[in-house]
Amino acid sequence: MNAIFAIIRRDLLLAMRRKSEVLTAVFFFVIVVSLFPLGIGPEPALLRKIAPGVLWVAALLATMLGLQRMFAPDHHDGTLEQMVLSPTPLGLLVGGKIAAHWLLSGLPLVLLAPVLGLQFGLDADALGVLMLALLLGTPLLSLIGAIGAALTLGLRGGGVLLSLLVLPLYVPALIFGAGAVEAHISGLGAAGHLSLLAALLALAVFFAPWATTAALRIALE
Amino acid sequence: MLTAHGLTCVRGERRLFAGIDLAVGPGEWLHVRGENGAGKTSLLRLLVGLMHPAAGEIRWDGAAVGELGDEYRRQMLFLGHHGAVKEELTTLENLHFAAALDGAELPEREALAALHRFGLRGREELPVRFLSAGQKRRVLLARLVTRKARLWVLDEPFTALDVKAVDMLSALIGEHLGGGGMAVLTSHQAMPIAGGRVLQL
Repeated sequence: MNAIFAIIRRDLLLAMRRKSEVLTAVFFFVIVVSLFPLGIGPEPALLRKIAPGVLWVAALLATMLGLQRMFAPDHHDGTLEQMVLSPTPLGLLVGGKIAAHWLLSGLPLVLLAPVLGLQFGLDADALGVLMLALLLGTPLLSLIGAIGAALTLGLRGGGVLLSLLVLPLYVPALIFGAGAVEAHISGLGAAGHLSLLAALLALAVFFAPWATTAALRIALE
Repeated sequence: MLTAHGLTCVRGERRLFAGIDLAVGPGEWLHVRGENGAGKTSLLRLLVGLMHPAAGEIRWDGAAVGELGDEYRRQMLFLGHHGAVKEELTTLENLHFAAALDGAELPEREALAALHRFGLRGREELPVRFLSAGQKRRVLLARLVTRKARLWVLDEPFTALDVKAVDMLSALIGEHLGGGGMAVLTSHQAMPIAGGRVLQL
């Protein structure tokens, strides 16, 4: 277990020392979400209607920004080889990498979402549902993204391929995540959507590190 | 004891080498030599389990390394071409992280002693990106002191080192062999360490 916490601590430390990478994704999220109300105009009903979709699409794209660098620096400087050769199972180490990625790219989005949601005239309850949906959904984005990042590791033009590979897999998270907020606003209750999102997350927590590990081993051959 | 029998390596369409046999016992070391592109690094990567041989098998103390898995990895240390050293972290942080990855506790005192031994006194808290290429290599080699492993697999360990560091490293390898350790290494230089066998690819 120590090795996993060491990986998380190291990745957070590295992010602290090169802040620009983390901040880029966060600023991207803030700016994209803020541009919509400015572009569409002050129509409260319309803004409330598009808010969940806009926030979720922006969250997907913001997560995509840092995805390619999830394993690339470790691959480049040989740390990945040492991770494969570590006595700790690679799946657990990869779990640590994914956790660190979520802490750096997912958690800030969850915390910022309610502030940005205010621009769209969402009420407090809807903002709560939005946060909960993002709390369940953003780890899912990191987990699925890790598979794509590992599969495209070391490829030329891997960035474009990564988007083509990962964005379709993000569709269920987008539908249920944005759907939860919409269902809440229309009075249907968000429980159904949130449970499905949680089920997807449970599935991904189980399978994604395993698939990522297999892809990383292939990349190193 | 590390033994390999009939190792064959195929990269893409090309066969790098075939039918390599080798054995390294306690206190022995193997010097892998060959031209650029002969497959020295590939052989080392096969031995540590980063790649799988097209044919042949590798055994550690009589058991296939594939079955030993973590048990083999715990007793083996591989230092490759790339440093596995993070530029943004300090030399001390790099050593601590490497130890944590091995699942080991590294007392501060031992980490400092290892850095001092490789002439990095006064640079413990310096981010690695401020060091020269040779000093970066020294940070990497300090792992040889902090990590307890029976088998060392070193790919070009003398690259970028000055004369003094080459002597230090040779002495370190000598100590390791004297304590019953084993080593496999590639180098283009003649090696100032006694008791080695040469494998020409």
